[in-house]
Amino acid sequence: MAAIELRNIVKVFSDKRRGRDLLTLDNINLDIEANDFVCLLGPSGCGKSTLLNIIAGFEQATSGRTLVDGRQVERPGSDRGVVFQQPTLMPWLTAIDNIAFHLKLKGVGKAERHQRAMEFIDLVGLRGFEHHHPSEMSGGMNQRVGIARALLMNPSVILMDEPFAALDAQTKLEMQEELVAIWQKRRCTIVFVTHSVDEALVLGNKIVVMTKRPGRIREAVNFDLPRPRDITSPEFNDAKRHILSLIREESTRLAQAS
Amino acid sequence: MTSVTDVSPARPTFRLTRAFQGLERLVVPALLIAGWEAFARSGMLPPALLPAPSAVLHALGDWVFGFDETTQTYSGHWLRDALASALRVFGGFALASLLGILAGVAIGWSRLFEKTLEPTLQMLRPIPPVSWIPLAIIWFGIADKPAIFLVFLGAFFPVLMNSIHGVKTVDHNLVRAGAMMGANGRQMLTDIVLPAALPSIFAGLRIAVGSAWMLTVTAEMVAVKSGLGYVLWDSYYFLRYDIVLAAMISIGLLGYLSDLGLKAIMARTLRWQQTTTVQGRAG
Repeated sequence: MAAIELRNIVKVFSDKRRGRDLLTLDNINLDIEANDFVCLLGPSGCGKSTLLNIIAGFEQATSGRTLVDGRQVERPGSDRGVVFQQPTLMPWLTAIDNIAFHLKLKGVGKAERHQRAMEFIDLVGLRGFEHHHPSEMSGGMNQRVGIARALLMNPSVILMDEPFAALDAQTKLEMQEELVAIWQKRRCTIVFVTHSVDEALVLGNKIVVMTKRPGRIREAVNFDLPRPRDITSPEFNDAKRHILSLIREESTRLAQAS
Repeated sequence: MTSVTDVSPARPTFRLTRAFQGLERLVVPALLIAGWEAFARSGMLPPALLPAPSAVLHALGDWVFGFDETTQTYSGHWLRDALASALRVFGGFALASLLGILAGVAIGWSRLFEKTLEPTLQMLRPIPPVSWIPLAIIWFGIADKPAIFLVFLGAFFPVLMNSIHGVKTVDHNLVRAGAMMGANGRQMLTDIVLPAALPSIFAGLRIAVGSAWMLTVTAEMVAVKSGLGYVLWDSYYFLRYDIVLAAMISIGLLGYLSDLGLKAIMARTLRWQQTTTVQGRAG
């Protein structure tokens, strides 16, 4: 049984002001195995974030079934950790309290909360900053807190919606390396939304290329280049060429259609 | 009355310039007082109509300490008068804060309360609190109650409006993050929405404490026989303008102190936000 099963997912947004419906996701079928690092790759507006939000339970599909660990997704829950595009931390809580927020909601005492959160502070390299508020830390550090917060819940899957998009190039590279290291160490299932071909190829072992309007899956590419990945190696370039050709085909099709 | 950004941020200052700023601040008040003293002594107006600052200070001193009974029956009674007013302010303000926050959060959070409660409250809001005085007197008589009622009316709406605004503008993604971490409905309110709305709620409380002082004085002028406002109005009948001014100064001072106290509580509660402003300014 796959960790995430998407069956005939259709999402229609009704644009009430213009009185028409917008088909955003058109019959998505996808199986994501446990411990996969899947990148959903596509241009903006292709519905990849919507798909992630449906798995997270933030949005409901118009039709189709979403199963996580064999259970139907109906609402958000701590079995699916989400890392948002913006860190989305509670600004009134310190780093450690943000990370341990899930435990607080479960009624775990403060001492135990902090003890368990310290492991994740170390994991994301924030020792020494555990009592800082989000406003006192950089964007990259806040996003680390966001990742640690999702990991602490020990979810079956971690859903990430372009979490590094707002970071500068160098921080982004560091964070990508760290994320891969964390994934290798903790063996979790990650679904990572991105619009960057390079980012998808650096991170994923399965890259799901999506098409624009309506969002469909063009091809799911398996990519098992050993890590750490050399982004200048021929294998990397071959894969990149293949994915770029898929995207290019797509834009010619759109250009002809219009 | 419904402004929501009344939070004055701390300004980054260097130690050297701070010393000068301290002096700068005194220049304008010192000039004003000196000018006023000179004008009052020049004899262009009878001293009864424009008492000099020294005379006002004398009256205030006697009112507080009762050293030579210039203020006659009020001599030495300042503390009692101030306390009477302060208790009314506190009573009305506490009641308004409690109900204002409760109703505001309920309206901001729940569609049902928004639909049922808000139209009525919004209709009552434009009625000036002072216009309730006749009703307050026949309902509550001449005592503390009508004053507390008026203070409540004046303080309730700023708290209400800012609480509604604070809850309604909570970052949608914070709510999503809370749901992702498994917050139930009650936790969503107490652990996410309420703390996120606090800056706005405090802004409302600060506006409200100002209105509270304004209204307690108004109420004391007509509906109560004690307090700073009563002394002010009573002294006006006897043309004791020095006491009138001393009362005005007392009210200003107490209002300022209440705001200062509220600001201190706010600074403690919203420490996380203060760092934002300081860093935002400095960076």
